[in-house]
Amino acid sequence: MSEHPTSPDRTDPDPGERRILTPGSPNPRREFLRSAALFTATAGALGGGLELLTRRPGGPGAAEAQGAAFTRPARPLGPYDTSEAVTPYAQATSYNNFYEFGLDKGDPARLAGSLKTRPWTVRIDGEVRKPMTVDIDTLQGWFPLEDRVYRMRCVEGWSMVMPWLGFPLAALIRRLEPTSKAKYVQFTALLDPKQFPGQRQAVLKWPYVEGLRLDEALHPLAFMAVGLDGRVLPGQNGAPLRLAVPWKYGFKSIKSVVRITLTEKQPQTTWALAAPQEYGFYANVNPAVPHPRWSQATERRIGELGRRKTLPFNGYAEQVAGLYNGMDLRRYF
Amino acid sequence: MTVGGLLPVAVLLLDAATGQLGANPIQRATLQTGLLTLALLVLSLACTPLRLLTGWTWPARIRKTLGLLAFGYAALHFLIYLFDHGFDLSLMTEDVLERPFITAGFTALLLLVPLALTSTPRAVKRLGFQRWTRLHQLAYVAVSLGALHYYWGVKKDHTQPLIYAAVIAGLFLIRLARRAPNRRPGRTRPRTAAPD
Repeated sequence: MSEHPTSPDRTDPDPGERRILTPGSPNPRREFLRSAALFTATAGALGGGLELLTRRPGGPGAAEAQGAAFTRPARPLGPYDTSEAVTPYAQATSYNNFYEFGLDKGDPARLAGSLKTRPWTVRIDGEVRKPMTVDIDTLQGWFPLEDRVYRMRCVEGWSMVMPWLGFPLAALIRRLEPTSKAKYVQFTALLDPKQFPGQRQAVLKWPYVEGLRLDEALHPLAFMAVGLDGRVLPGQNGAPLRLAVPWKYGFKSIKSVVRITLTEKQPQTTWALAAPQEYGFYANVNPAVPHPRWSQATERRIGELGRRKTLPFNGYAEQVAGLYNGMDLRRYF
Repeated sequence: MTVGGLLPVAVLLLDAATGQLGANPIQRATLQTGLLTLALLVLSLACTPLRLLTGWTWPARIRKTLGLLAFGYAALHFLIYLFDHGFDLSLMTEDVLERPFITAGFTALLLLVPLALTSTPRAVKRLGFQRWTRLHQLAYVAVSLGALHYYWGVKKDHTQPLIYAAVIAGLFLIRLARRAPNRRPGRTRPRTAAPD
């Protein structure tokens, strides 16, 4: 643009829209073409540049994750299921926070192919009578698999309805035979930057660690998922084994678990370490306690345009509020 | 220029029509219009430093278009926010008063309004060039608040907001550095003067 001749009286801001009518102009047609080319180039450069700079991948949803189906008969909804419409599988598997793969919500679906979920072992240790390392297939074979249709509320203000398949955490914990010293359950996710490209950056303190108080972990709602929508859990959703605690913000439900440790002390959990003033150990869904930077009063259910009111404990107050009797939930957020 | 600047809207609408906006289309449209506002504000503010550094005149001629495009995207960003909250003004007021994240963004938008209104040559004449220039220095306040708004809106990775902040700071420093030697000696404040 700088080489384009300008006259001092020209105020037209757009070189592309200019008609150059200099008297000495030899060929009006050439000038017109030149203007048209300049116009297109300017529009294209600015528009393309802005698009490149500001576009964030949203994508039409990842290709259907190719999980093998669990074959089980259909069953009526149980006491812990929601009858709300289940989030379409394509969306539940393409819009994920899983920083081990990357910060963008499309990264997990795009990169989950690098996660090898077999063989996979889970280390069980800490305040248990028989510490052991167990293969995932053996571990999930210990329990009959159940469906649980749970609401899931992300701390960012969106929610989904997830049809998990798995077993109650309480069943696992009882089988582990905790000692009398066990007060908390600590979960650790896989640490392997080869499989988790997001771990090559110190965005969070890796490996990801989460935890529950023992009574929370023993609550019948606390669930270990190995499947989603009748299929093997896709990598982006935390294969092969993840936690689902539906009354807490999504980040508590740790993915790709490799270690379960019963502890006497409250575990140092990843997000509480990263920003203690914003993400607490409890992280119970609470519309009355705003995140310091945004309200938690409403949420967007994925697939809907508007927002709906967020319910205390994500709608599970009747079942879990008793766990927090006498606690100031503004302090223990 | 204008057509190019509006191209992202066209792409956004096309994406929306064909279901390409992903699982959370409102969130994506909000983020993109916000980023477009910030990027265009930075571009419009880069015009003067660019002219100062290179002596080119064309940046000065496209500055206004960039600024107005930025305002357009800010308004669109705000409209999407209002739509997202069901046009509930009491919710909006609560957000503005209680959430610094929203306060910063909303203030930035408010600051852009007088700038957009005084973008005509007539307004420059009416205000007088000096006062018009001083008024339009608000763009720096607005863009800084915009970058802060972006920073606060991000849950964890602050790389992008910090890049914007660094560019804004750089542009501001170029102006300051370029302005200082141009002052006539009589006009510079004596070194002994109390800091204000």
